[in-house]
Formats: sequence, structure tokens, C-alpha cells
Amino acid sequence: MTEAQAPEPQATEAQEGQVVLRLTDVVKTFPGVRALDGVQLEVRAGEVHCLLGQNGAGKSTLIKVLAGVHRPDEGQIEWLGQDFAPANPQAAMKAGIATIYQELDLVEDLSVAENAFLGHEPKVFGFVRRGYMARHTREILGKLGHAEIPPSRLVRSLPAAGKQVVSMARALSHDARLIIMDEPSAVLAHDEVANLFRIIRGLTAQGIAVIYISHRLEEIREIGDRVTVLKDGRTTAANLPARSTPTRDLVSRMTGRTIEYVFPEPAPAVSGAEELLRVEGLTRSGEFADVSLSVHSGEIVGIAGLVGSGRSELLETIFGARRAEAGTVRMAGKVLRPGSVSAAVRAGLGMAPEERKSQALLLGEPIYRNVTLSTFGDYARVGFTNAGRELAEANRIADQLDLRPRDVRRAVRTLSGGNQQKVVVGRWLLGDTRLLLLDEPTRGVDVGARAELYQVIRDLAAQGVGVLLVSSEVPEVLGMADRVLVMREGRMVHEAPAGQIDEDTVLDLVMAGSLQVEEVTI
Amino acid sequence: MTATTTAPVQEPEKHAAAKQSWWRDDSTEQMRRNLGLVGVLAVLIVIGIITKPELYSDGTWVRNNIFTILELASVIGVVTVGMTFVIIGGGIDLSVGAIIALAGVWSTTLATQDFGPGGMIFCALAVGIGVGVVNGILIAYGRLVAFIATLAMMVAARGLAAQISGKQTQVSTSSFINGLAANDFLGVPVLVYILAAVVAAGWVLLNRTTFGRRTVAVGGNVEAARLAGINVKRHTLLLYALSGLCCGIAAVMLTSQANSAQAAMANLYELDAIAAAIIGGTLLSGGRGTIIGSLLGVLVFSTITNLFAINNLSTEVQNMVKGGIIVAAVLIQQVQFKSLSQFFSKNKITTS
Ligand SMILES: Nc1ncnc2c1ncn2[C@@H]1O[C@H](COP(=O)(O)OP(=O)(O)OP(=O)(O)O)[C@@H](O)[C@H]1O
Ligand SMILES: [Mg+2]
Repeated sequence: MTEAQAPEPQATEAQEGQVVLRLTDVVKTFPGVRALDGVQLEVRAGEVHCLLGQNGAGKSTLIKVLAGVHRPDEGQIEWLGQDFAPANPQAAMKAGIATIYQELDLVEDLSVAENAFLGHEPKVFGFVRRGYMARHTREILGKLGHAEIPPSRLVRSLPAAGKQVVSMARALSHDARLIIMDEPSAVLAHDEVANLFRIIRGLTAQGIAVIYISHRLEEIREIGDRVTVLKDGRTTAANLPARSTPTRDLVSRMTGRTIEYVFPEPAPAVSGAEELLRVEGLTRSGEFADVSLSVHSGEIVGIAGLVGSGRSELLETIFGARRAEAGTVRMAGKVLRPGSVSAAVRAGLGMAPEERKSQALLLGEPIYRNVTLSTFGDYARVGFTNAGRELAEANRIADQLDLRPRDVRRAVRTLSGGNQQKVVVGRWLLGDTRLLLLDEPTRGVDVGARAELYQVIRDLAAQGVGVLLVSSEVPEVLGMADRVLVMREGRMVHEAPAGQIDEDTVLDLVMAGSLQVEEVTI
Repeated sequence: MTATTTAPVQEPEKHAAAKQSWWRDDSTEQMRRNLGLVGVLAVLIVIGIITKPELYSDGTWVRNNIFTILELASVIGVVTVGMTFVIIGGGIDLSVGAIIALAGVWSTTLATQDFGPGGMIFCALAVGIGVGVVNGILIAYGRLVAFIATLAMMVAARGLAAQISGKQTQVSTSSFINGLAANDFLGVPVLVYILAAVVAAGWVLLNRTTFGRRTVAVGGNVEAARLAGINVKRHTLLLYALSGLCCGIAAVMLTSQANSAQAAMANLYELDAIAAAIIGGTLLSGGRGTIIGSLLGVLVFSTITNLFAINNLSTEVQNMVKGGIIVAAVLIQQVQFKSLSQFFSKNKITTS
């Protein structure tokens, strides 16, 4: 592994801060899995240190070790020059390490302020200083560029991006010297990411170190100073310069192979394909209004738009998970009963929802039962489940999507974030789904698996399945879709064949008036 | 910075995964829990042997005592099977005792007894299912909280039972019904056969059918179940109907034990059933639980009762010990929650 000996940080970066955190040979095992297998990491004050690695490489496990959630089995951690072994998350926070976890850990029924200060509420004589807490929260939210979120609002009522902002506020409510962010941009749209980067720059300027995890290489180039790459729980490269290391290098160190980061070729359009889905005048007040669209058999239609533009709500309404106030959804000519998911599924619709943990997964159940959650009834004989068939189908999906670890009897809870996402999408690749609604299908999925997922979606389309795809990543929409719809403030504002629209145009369309949108929706 | 660590870890890793999947059908954790309950049973029996060695040296007495324990467990065991399904499905049924009373009283009115034992059994089952369906409609379609809806039903059904019986004890004249508790078949009491049949049916239903799978899905994550195309409302209704059916069966069994029925029968059975299910490892917030665990929970309780009976101890002491066991079981469960966030996410599911 001599080539893993990374060149020491080139002095191109201005800041040469002190080393605040050093990990040596850290090992962490779970039953049957060696999640960390000798990790080295060195983080300096005032830098953005990026962690790269495939799904299941051990990134989240590593940061949980730092945050005091897991205890390492072996190895040393040195924090601010001293040995560091946090007994629990509170201890890590006290020591100055704040963490934004990959899976949001907010309490839905508490307010924004209560969540931000959960576990370290400001108190006098045992009574919470609510006024102070609200003021302070408002201040932090203002710093985060989201002064419009009221501190008293229940977290449950916030959209995904709003929740992400609240977990960020929680991290900032501590006086942290190191802030760890585990895929913070996965739920954020383009403009929100820019905002996040502005915040990060503000933090590093104060000498705060940031560990940043993302599967989007562009982001790492933009915000990162140095990169450490993990593979199968081991550091395969440390302290690479984030800006100048070639993409090929990064990808091959992550995956051990080279992957062309491109979209598969679109299949030639079938002329006169049957119209599968027709949506007319669909409306839900406050979410979207008068939306009409259609999807043909074998066609991939992409919806671009900001988080909060009503895209997810639109998909859920088409699927019957929300009841439309006006308008109709027709599947193969037949009107679907509004507000009935069962009717939609029977008509051949399938939807991979936006939030895997709360909307899609039974965390304690085995992987295969999660994969077959919507099809186990089809495999059953007179009401008796067919475990053999279910295992076989789940194994097929696991192979197709490169699930790791491959044992489909493990509990979904033990999978890494990206692998959980594969389970959510994989569910609808089974059965006779004729129209797939995909809401952010590649959220948290790594570069390699992403290419495989794209290929699977293309193959399905080639077999005549219609796909309606929502994604915050404009290149993904443009790369995958045959036809692109642009949504803004709950309305369809543009429609074009994918070949006749480029990224800048989409961004312009999406962003126009975005400030007002956010005030309404977040 | 040496990134080279031991390479050949790949092999044992695969090995461990394969080994684990070997006996992982019912989740190792649940198996450990069940073994723990078997251990508790063993301890109780040993206590019995130590305190009453003269009884335990008599082979026929031991045999008969085992059947006494099983008969003691039979009625509450049947109720607990239904309760286990409801709790795994994310609900709770506080009305089981009241349903038993109503079904028992209704099936022993003079008018019903005219139809003979068949009519009485049919009446008990129909009343049980009927009340369960009402519970289910209120909860699934009326969007009442299960706790409140079944609490209301608990009060109302007992009231109706008292009304029908005129607060009198209604004697069953059917020798068939009364014989269920009195008679043996191949040396084993008939009630024990009924318990075995219900437990076996419950096990198959939970572990081998789509109904069971849906129950786990609905209780584990309602939103995920709904978005996977499961008809959550209908399933919830069916769960309460199933619990009602179990209560109907239990009403027949209890009537046969007493040769009569009255509005006060099966008092506090809801607490016993819930406690047995929880001790058996059913998660009160739903999504996890086993029939075997619940059965063991019931057996632990009836063995304790038996232990106190053969030692001539008061029911007061007995209740105190029972309470202690419930607390201990819940404490053990809470240790399972690894982190606070997990705890909250579990709670979120039940409150939504
Ligand atoms: N609680 C757990 N029990 C058992 N195995 C676990 C547990 N948590 C994580 N693992 C395993 O440890 C490995 C590393 O997981 P981790 O979540 O750190 O990956 P990751 O690099 O964050 O991936 P992703 O990019 O998908 O988020 C995976 O194989 C995962 O299945
Ligand atoms: Mg992760």
C-alpha cells in the first residue's frame, strides 16, 4: 500500500493550523463486521477536512466514535494534544466536538429551540430559561440564513431541509472547536448548499475545524482543504489536497477501480408509446397548484426544483399518500381514487419516498423483509408467506445494487446510510410496478452504486416502465430524464425535452424568486 | 502514517456473518429473552421444590400440578395471544376483560342457552368479534387513540354486561360447555388443548402469513407500511377483531370453569394480558414481539400464582410480587435502548 502514502499537504492552502485531532489505528467491530479496521486521520484547526469513501466504508462509524456514540476497540485518539476517550455524546460535546449526524436525530414533538438546546438547556434553579433559549436560537438561525424559522415551531412541521437547518443550529449552539458534518448536503438543494458553504467558511475563519462528509466530489473540491479516503474501514489515502487531486485518483482510492462518472446512454425513444400517467389540475393549497403532467410508458420524466417547491408533496399526492384538493390522477386511463395508496399500488404505481428512515424502513426487521415489504403479498400462497422466494428476490436486488454487507438477513438498522437507501429504491424494482415515482433516489448513495442504480432505472424504462424522478441534483435530472419539468413555488413553470435545456437554464428557472418561496414554505 | 494493517481479516468476517445467519430466524435477542424466561420458570419450580419437598416427591401430584398451572394459564393465555397481536401492531386493548364478561353473560342468557352449546359458543365468539370490530372502527377510521377508545369500551361493555344479566350470576346448564373445564382427553385437560391450539394458530399467523407480516410492518413504522401499499386502517380493524375473537374463546373457557357467567368476571384480565406480553418481549410501542414469549410470560405468572397457592400465601403478597416482576421486565427492556435518539424515534412511531 505504498501509493497510499499521501503527499503531505501542499502549502497551497493558506492556513497551516495546528493539529487538533489525530487518530491512530482506530478499530471498531460490530457483530460480524469490522467497520473500522485501522483508521488514521489528522485534522488541523481552521481546515475543512473531507472524508471520502464508498457506502459502508465506515465514515459514519468513525464520526460516531469521535462523538462518543461508539467506543473504539483499539487505537488512539488525540484531541487537542491529549488522549481522548469520550464516554458518551455529552462528554464529546463538552470537550468541544459537535456532530451533525447523517440520520437526523431531532425530537419531532419538541420545538425548534428545544431541539437546538436539547441536553444543554440554559437553566436557572433548574428552570429552563425559555426566553433566553428562544433568543439565542433565533440568533443562530439568523446566522444560518434562516431567520424565518420561528424557534417555537414544532420540528415535525418542518420540511426535510428545515430539519437539517435545525440540526445545524444544534451543533452551533455549543462552543465547538470541531464540527463534524455527516452528509449535510444530502437533503439540500443547490442554493442551500451555497448557504451551507458560506456558514462553513465563517466557522473555519474563526479557527474551528470541520470534518465534512459527502459523496459529491464537486462539493469537496469547492469547500474542502484536505481529503482522507476510507475503504473497507481502512485509510487508503490521507491528507490529499482537496482541490488538486484528480477525480480518477480519488475514485480509484475509494473503490479500488475506476468508474466513469457518467449516466448510461438513453434508450432510443419509442414512438407512440402508451400514456401511463396523466395528472390534471392537481392542487393542494400551500403546497402546489394546478399541476398537470404526463408520463409515457418507457419514459423518464425528471422534475427539477428547490426543496420546498412542492415536488415531494406532488409525488406523494399522485401516489395517494396525500389527498388532492382538486384535480385528477389517471393511470392507464383510469382515474385513481384520491388519498388511497393501496389503490395506487394496485394500479401499478410505486414510490420511493424522500425520507428513508421515517417513511420507508422497518429498522429492526431484516433487509429482505424490507425489500419485499410491498411485494410479499404477491409471493404468498393463500396468505402464507414464501420466505424462500422473498430471500431469492431480495438477493437479486442486493446483487444488482451492490448492497454491502451482502447478507440480506441482517437488520436494516445495521446498514450504512447509503445502503439503506438502496433498500428503499430496491423495493420498487420488484413486482410489476408500471410507474415508478422516485424522490431523491440517490440520496447518500456513493459514486459507484449510483452508476449502477442509474443503469437499473434505465433498464426498467427500456422494459416499458414509466419513471417520474425528483432530484435536487440538476445534473442527475438532466442526465437521466427524457423530458424535464421545472417546478417553482408549487407550479410547473417549464417543460422541455432533456436535450434542449441545460443546467444554467434550469438553475435560473428554479431560482427565480426563490427567496419568497422559502419564506412561504419553510 | 502507515495505512497497512493486518490484511487477512476478510475470512473470519465472512465466517461470522454466515454463522450468525444460521440461527437468526427469530432474532437472537428474542431467543435470549425467551431463554431467560425459561430460566425464571425453572427458578420458580426449584423454589416450589424447596418449600414443599413433600409434595414434589409425589409423581402424580407433580403431574396434576403441571396441569393445574396450565389450566390456570389457559384462559389468560388465549387473551394474551390476541393482545400480543394488537400490541405488535402498535395498539393496545384495555377492553379484553370487559369483552369476556359481555360475551360470557350474553352467551349464558336463558334465550341463548335455548340454542344449545353450539348457539352459546357462536354467540360468545360473535359478541367478541363484534365488540372488537367496534373498537377497530373507532381507532382505525374514527382516529381515536387506542388507549382512550378501548378504555371507553372497557367501561361500556361491562355496563352492558351488568344490564343484560341484571347483576345476577347466570348459571350455565349446558353440560358440554361445563364439561370443557371438567373433562380430560387422553389425560390432558380440554382447556389445555384449546390453549395449545390458539397458541399454535397465533404462532403460524404471526410468523408464516401475510397477516402477521403486515402486523409487524404497521406496528414498526406506520408510514412505511402505508407507503408500501398496506391498507393500514383495515389491518388495524382486523387486529382488534382478532383480539375480540380471542376474548370470545376465553369467555367460553371461563364460563365452563365457573359453570356460570357474570358481569364482574375476568376482572383486570387486561392488565395480566398486557403484563404477560410485555414480559415476553413484546415492545409496547409496537413492531416487535413473539407468541412464544407471551406464552412464557403467562406461564411465569400462573406458576407464581400456583407457588403461592401451594404455600398458602395471601393474594396480597402475590400481587406485590407480580408488580415487582412487571417492573423488572420493563427495566430490562429499557436497557436495550442503546441511545436516547433510538428511544425517541421508537416513541415517535406510537404517538403519531
Ligand atoms: N450498529 C451496527 N451494527 C452492525 N453493523 C453496523 C452498525 N453500524 C454500522 N455497521 C456496519 O459498519 C459498516 C460501516 O458503516 P458506516 O455507516 O460507517 O458506513 P458509511 O461509510 O457511513 O456509509 P454511507 O456512505 O452509506 O453512509 C457497514 O458495513 C455497516 O453495515
Ligand atoms: Mg454514513
